[in-house]
Amino acid sequence: MIHDLTLSSASTNGSLIQIEHLTKVYQLGEVDVHALRGVSVNVSKGEFVAIMGASGSGKSTFMNILGCLDKPTKGSYILEGIDVGKLSRDELAMIRNKKIGFVFQGFNLLSRTSALENVELPLFYGPTSNKVRKVKATEALERVGLGDRIHHYPNQLSGGQQQRVAIARSLVNDPSIILADEPTGNLDSRTSVEVMGIFQELNNNGITIILVTHEPDIAQFAKRHIVFRDGKIRADKVNSNPKIASEVIKEIPMIDDEEEAA
Amino acid sequence: MKILNIFLSAFRALQRNKMRSFLTMLGIIIGVAAVIAMLAIGQGAEYSVKEQIAALGTNVLMVYPGAQQQAGVRSGAGSATTLTEDDALAISRECPAVQYISPGAFAGGQVIAGNLNWATSIQGVGSDYLEIRQWLIEYGDFFTDQDIKAAAKVCILGKTVADNLFPDASPVDQTIRIRNVPFKVAGVLTKKGQNAMGQDQDDVILAPYTTVIRRLSHFPNLRFILVSATSLKDIAAAQTQISELLRMRHKIQQYDADDFTIRNQTDLAATATATTQVLTILLASIASVSLLVGGIGIMNIMLVSVTERTREIGIRMSIGARARDILTQFLIEALVLSLLGGITGIIIGVVGSNVISSIAKWPTIITAFSIILSFGFSIAIGIFFGFYPARKAAMLNPIDALRYE
Repeated sequence: MIHDLTLSSASTNGSLIQIEHLTKVYQLGEVDVHALRGVSVNVSKGEFVAIMGASGSGKSTFMNILGCLDKPTKGSYILEGIDVGKLSRDELAMIRNKKIGFVFQGFNLLSRTSALENVELPLFYGPTSNKVRKVKATEALERVGLGDRIHHYPNQLSGGQQQRVAIARSLVNDPSIILADEPTGNLDSRTSVEVMGIFQELNNNGITIILVTHEPDIAQFAKRHIVFRDGKIRADKVNSNPKIASEVIKEIPMIDDEEEAA
Repeated sequence: MKILNIFLSAFRALQRNKMRSFLTMLGIIIGVAAVIAMLAIGQGAEYSVKEQIAALGTNVLMVYPGAQQQAGVRSGAGSATTLTEDDALAISRECPAVQYISPGAFAGGQVIAGNLNWATSIQGVGSDYLEIRQWLIEYGDFFTDQDIKAAAKVCILGKTVADNLFPDASPVDQTIRIRNVPFKVAGVLTKKGQNAMGQDQDDVILAPYTTVIRRLSHFPNLRFILVSATSLKDIAAAQTQISELLRMRHKIQQYDADDFTIRNQTDLAATATATTQVLTILLASIASVSLLVGGIGIMNIMLVSVTERTREIGIRMSIGARARDILTQFLIEALVLSLLGGITGIIIGVVGSNVISSIAKWPTIITAFSIILSFGFSIAIGIFFGFYPARKAAMLNPIDALRYE
């Protein structure tokens, strides 16, 4: 299903992500809300990290900063040697375009736009030529197993397929990291495992993946768990024995119709 | 993002809401079509006024006898009787800038032909009169220099007079009686229509000025001299030459006033043209108000569109669209709306103008200027009214935009 990756492997010495004493304060009226209270973490290339925590724990804020959608109040965030905190709005957009691939809970595809065009979209904001763009987007869709559905529209695709289009979109610009924010939140359990399988295969091919989830089952597929609570990291441990999606899927029945009927 | 791609995706975005896009464009379409049509009508009017004045002969000068002055009391123009036949002959002899000249006499009166009669004015003119007025004989002949010398009792009927005195038969070679003097009809003039003042120019009878003076008015001097300059440029020269000649002939001292008046048509032409130009500007300004309203319609729809597509904007930002990419996208959408509306409006305006001129028999003129003007105006409106919504989209916070439901 997944072809050989042709990722330009950057120098592997040092961490991909270095975060130190990160704080984020929102002002809601006259009240200061401390979403993050000093977070330090390093992520190396090729890791598969699950970020966990209850709602309000600060994991979403952390994810937004990680994805260069938001800036920290204090502390530093260095992504591949670039101090992201010092960048302008436009420079952040460029980082998002080149180095980060997003996968969202709600898929966030453009409706009435074909799978291919959705995947092409990040390349529109770069210097890629029209021809190369099409080739790259088709390749990315083939990598997630949708080579035969490139001209389908989102409303013609199942939830799992839509999420695969989103994953293909996140892949298409060969990003340094893929950030997945509750990617299985809208999917049934079998499809969830399928999607996790795709992430695992991408990760096996060297792509760094950071996954936000509140489902422990899903987190079990990642190699490292970081748990947030009250804006701080409460636990950061290696998952020495991650579940393998391709094996788990065999234990899940194909169709759940009988269960629903029961 | 390449500009062609942006245009394509703008087209695509507008296609998704065909009805809405069309209605938004309608404002611009109507505005542009109205501007084009109004300019066409206004310029058509300007053209026809100029034509009418040109038909009068713009290189024509009229010399009238001046005001008589007796012990400091000045009577009106024409009260002096200073213009003579010799003056006219001298002008034609000695003024190089003068091409044609026609002495003029005048009489009014009742005209009888058979059992019909008609009150009209009788102009006594020279043989070059028709050249000066750029008038033609429809049928029959004009009178000759011989007729003038002999003060022959021949006349030419204006179209209106001919229609009233001879409704059924040809008037040529018939005899009419003017103040009981019998005249032979030599010809009939072509129809000239109303002049700039609204007078019927065809309600006239032309006769040799010598005949009019001797047989009808019994007023020995000329009432006017009609002169045409060799060209439009020579009007001023002709005017000076005539003026100097007449002052000399009339023995007017250096600081005394003229006893004649020279008038030309250029002032009248300028005034009439200026009037129609004001009319054109007025019409176009009223039409451009609807263009403005169309622009506000675009802004309104673009604002709705930005709100509706907040999530799309968030997605685009999260995958790397910069603020200026979003700005360009929405600006181009507004531009495409106004451009398509503008082009359609130009087509409808041109077609509409032609329909107006063929139905209402009103001349319309579409100039490249009016097309370029309204085209440029619609582009400007797209950019002007598209900018605020596009900027609003570009300034969205990506996180809020992504979360927008």
